[in-house]
Amino acid sequence: MTIGLGHYLSVAAILFTLGVLGIFLNRKNVIVILMSIELILLSVNINLVAFSSLLGDIVGQVYALIVLTVAAAEAAIGLAILVAYFRNRGSIAVEDINLMKG
Amino acid sequence: MIINAIFFYLFAGITVASAVMVIASKNPVHSVLFLILAFVNAAGLFVLLGAEFLAMILIVVYVGAVAVLFLFVVMMLDVDFAELRQGFLNYLPVGALVGAVLLAELLIVLGAWVIGPDVLKGIASPIPPASEINNTQALGLVLYTRYVYFFQAAGVILLVAMIGAIVLTLQHRPSVRRQNIAVQVARRRSTAIEVVKVKSGQGLS
Repeated sequence: MTIGLGHYLSVAAILFTLGVLGIFLNRKNVIVILMSIELILLSVNINLVAFSSLLGDIVGQVYALIVLTVAAAEAAIGLAILVAYFRNRGSIAVEDINLMKG
Repeated sequence: MIINAIFFYLFAGITVASAVMVIASKNPVHSVLFLILAFVNAAGLFVLLGAEFLAMILIVVYVGAVAVLFLFVVMMLDVDFAELRQGFLNYLPVGALVGAVLLAELLIVLGAWVIGPDVLKGIASPIPPASEINNTQALGLVLYTRYVYFFQAAGVILLVAMIGAIVLTLQHRPSVRRQNIAVQVARRRSTAIEVVKVKSGQGLS
């Protein structure tokens, strides 16, 4: 019944898969795609902290802190772009975002 | 030890279940609330791993700032979310396929990993025993000394993100009248008032 590294890594793997699945399923809704990216980054953090704790090395928690910072910055910038886009076009559907014809 | 296992399965189960609800719920507001639930339970997992500082930071930063930001944006935008869900089931087969392949790969890797014998020798800064020093203090001792450049880079990232978000969302409305102190102070009597001689019985036209 002891909980080892593998248990935490399994949870992180499942969360990562759910995040990728969320990006595929909600192809039209940018907000849910951003939330899926948050889930993916959370699973990365769980991996880092699990290895840090089980190997007894605190540097993993420092990296998790950096990942947390980047995730927060990414969410802020993504939502700001979303708000600016909605003001200009009146829609946030992903297939409408083709201004640059890429 | 059994308590540890019970709480691990509790936190892990609720985290995974609420992650499923994040991507499957019809209303984005519910998605954000389930995201908050997932983050709180992940913080519980961090506490079980002995990373108390990161657990509290996860609650403060994610639940307090990021999730509330999501909630603001979801409620502020006037979007027909039902229309955005069109084609959810069309994407389900390919999404499920990609997800299954990814999960299978990750679990295969998970089933075969071993920690190399040299890894434990190369530990950069070992966690001190919890009886001597707590997690926050241990993290601070390395974060502000050896990893101070990482810390400052994180600060710069946050600064750039803050400036970028302000620049992107700030809009200048010409219709809004603002106070211009320089113009007010520069007013003289000649520009401000005018003496008019009004003839009796005529008034100002």
